[in-house]
Amino acid sequence: MAYFKKLGKTARRNYLTYGLVILAFVILQVMMGSLSSSLKGMLVPICAYVVMAVSLNLTVGILGELSLGHAGFMSVGAFMGVVAAASLQEIIPFAPVRLAISMVVGAAFAAVAGFLIGIPVLRLKGDYLAIVTLAFGEIIKTIFTNLYVGLDGSGLHMSLLEDKTDLAEGGKLIIAGPMGMGGIQKISTFSAGFVLVMVTLLIVFNLVKSRDGRAIMAIRDNRIAAESIGINITKYKMIAFVTSAALAGAAGTLFAMNYSTIVATKFDFNTSILVLVFVVLGGLGNMLGSIIAAAVLTILPEALRQFADYRMLVYAIVLILVMLATNNPTLRAYLDRFKNKFRRRNSKKEAV
Amino acid sequence: MSFLNFLISGISLGSIYAIIALGYTMVYGIAKMLNFAHGDVIMVGAYICFFAVSSYGLPPVVGILGAVVVCTILGMAVERLAYKPLRQAPSLAVLITAIGVSYFLQNSALLLWSSNPKMFPAFFTLGNAEAGEEVTNSLRLFDGQLTISYVTIVTIITCLVIMIGLMAFISQTKMGKAMRACSEDKGAAQLMGINVDGTISMTFAIGSGLAAIAGVLLCSAYPTLVPTTGSMPGIKAFTAAVFGGIGSIPGAFLGGLLLGVIETFAKAYISMQLSDAIVFGVLIVVLLVKPAGLLGKQMREKV
Repeated sequence: MAYFKKLGKTARRNYLTYGLVILAFVILQVMMGSLSSSLKGMLVPICAYVVMAVSLNLTVGILGELSLGHAGFMSVGAFMGVVAAASLQEIIPFAPVRLAISMVVGAAFAAVAGFLIGIPVLRLKGDYLAIVTLAFGEIIKTIFTNLYVGLDGSGLHMSLLEDKTDLAEGGKLIIAGPMGMGGIQKISTFSAGFVLVMVTLLIVFNLVKSRDGRAIMAIRDNRIAAESIGINITKYKMIAFVTSAALAGAAGTLFAMNYSTIVATKFDFNTSILVLVFVVLGGLGNMLGSIIAAAVLTILPEALRQFADYRMLVYAIVLILVMLATNNPTLRAYLDRFKNKFRRRNSKKEAV
Repeated sequence: MSFLNFLISGISLGSIYAIIALGYTMVYGIAKMLNFAHGDVIMVGAYICFFAVSSYGLPPVVGILGAVVVCTILGMAVERLAYKPLRQAPSLAVLITAIGVSYFLQNSALLLWSSNPKMFPAFFTLGNAEAGEEVTNSLRLFDGQLTISYVTIVTIITCLVIMIGLMAFISQTKMGKAMRACSEDKGAAQLMGINVDGTISMTFAIGSGLAAIAGVLLCSAYPTLVPTTGSMPGIKAFTAAVFGGIGSIPGAFLGGLLLGVIETFAKAYISMQLSDAIVFGVLIVVLLVKPAGLLGKQMREKV
C-alpha cells in the first residue's frame, strides 16, 4: 500500500486503468453464461473500438492534432491482417498464434501507411491537417473498394480496379473489390481482444511516460517553445502518429476477424467520427475515459433497443446533451453546485 | 464535343459544391467552427421542397421558397440551441456537437420520411405537356452533339447570382461589415458595439438558406432523395471550402468549381471508381503547396 501512495498521480491513474480493465474482463468472463447473445457478439467489437479510441486519443489528446481518418488505418489493418491470416492458414494451424501474427502484420502495414501519410500530413496544422487525414481516409477506402487479392499455390496475386488475379486451380480470392472479404475465419476472441487492449495500454502509457512522450506533450502545449529548446517536432509527431496508426491497424485485424464478411465501406468517415466521439466524450488525453466511452457508446444503441426506431435519435440527443452539460459554463456551474453539496455532505459524515 | 459536355457538367456540379461550400466557409470564417451538420440541412431542404411540390401540389417556386424559409429557421434554431451555449468551449466539443446535430437531423428524417428513396420531380423543363407540346429537359446544340440540361443552366446561373449577391452583401451592407469585423476579432467587434451573437445567427441563417437552394439543385440533377443524401456532397463541399481557403468566399466558389470539374474529368477520363480518391489526392497536393488553400490568407504566427 505504501508503494502505491508513493506513486505519482499519473502512475496511480494508469494502474487504476489496468486494474479496471482486468476487473471488467474477469467479471465478463464469469458472467459469460448469462450474457445475452447480442451482447456476447459485441465483446470483440468493443475491444476493437476501445483500442481505436485509445490510439486516437494518442493523436488527438497527447499529440494535440485532430485526425478525421483514423478508420483508414483500421481498414489497412483489417484487410492486411485477413490476407496474412488466410496465407498462414496452412502454416500455422493454431488459431491464437495465427491471430497474433496477423495483428502484427496488420499493425505493421498500418504503421507504414501512417508513416507515408504522416510525411505530408504533419507539415500542416489544425483544421487543414484534419481535412487531409479525412482525405486519406477516403482514399484508403476507395483503394480497398477496388482492390483484388487472391491466393493460390504460387502465392499472392494483386490487382486494382478489375479482377486480374488469374488464380490457379484451388486458388481463393481473399479481397474481392467492392464485395470486400468473404469467408473470413472468425478467430477473434474476447480474450484476444482483452490482451490487445492491455498491450495497447502498456504501449501508450509507457510512451506517454517516457522522454519521447514528454516531448510530444511539449509540442502539443506550445510548439514554438518546444522547437526553441531543440525538440525535433517532425520526429516526435511522427512517433505519436505512427504508433497510433499501428495500434489502429491491430484493432482493425481484431475487428475484421470477428466477422465472416467485411467491406471497405465499413471503415468510412462515419467510423472515424464515431471513434473521435469516444475520445472527446471520454476526455482528451484521458485513456480510461476513452475506454469507458467506447464501451458505453458501443453498447448504447443496443441498450436503447426498447426505443426501437428512435434509438439513433436518442443517441444523437444524448450526445448533444452530454456535450452541452460538460462544456456550457452555466450548466457546468449548476452541476458543480450539486457536486459540492454532495461532497460537503460526505465530508460531514466523515467528520462525524 | 464530349470534352465540352464534361466541362459543363463539371461546372454545374462544381456550382452546387460552391453553394454548399459558401455555408461552410461563412460559418467557419465567423464562428470558427466546422459545422458538420451543414450537409444534412441540404437534405432537409430537398425533402421540404419535394413534399411541397409532390404531396401538396404547390408550384416549384413556392416549394423552393418554403425550403429556404424552413432551412433558415432550422439553421438559426440549431445555432441557438446547440452551438450558442458552447461559444466559449474548445473547438473539438463544438465539432462533436455538430456531429450530434448531424445524426439528429439524419435520424429525424429517417423517422419522418422513411429510408425509401424519393424520386425528386424534374422542375426545370420547357414545354407544356397539357397543351400538347413536347416536354424537354435539355438544350440540344450542334445537331445534338452538345446537350445541356436546363438544370445545369439554372444551377450555374443561380450560383453566379448567389456569389455576386453575397459578395455585394459582405462588402456593401452594414451587416456584411459586421460579419467581416466578427471574423477578424470577435472581442474587438463587440467593443465597437456590434451584436456578435446576432451576426453569428445571421451567418447561420444565410448559410442554411443557401443550403436549401443547393439541396433543390442537387436533387434536380441527381434525383434520388434519401436521408443520407446530404452527407457525401457535404464532405465534398467542405473539402472544396478548404481547397479554396476556408473562410474566404471567393475561395469557396473557386474551390467548389475546381472540385466539380476535377471530379467529372476524373470520372470521365481516368476511372469511374477511383474518382473520389483522385479528388482527395488533388486536395492533398494543393494543401501541401499552399497550406492555407488557394485563396486563403496565410496567418503569420506571433511568437
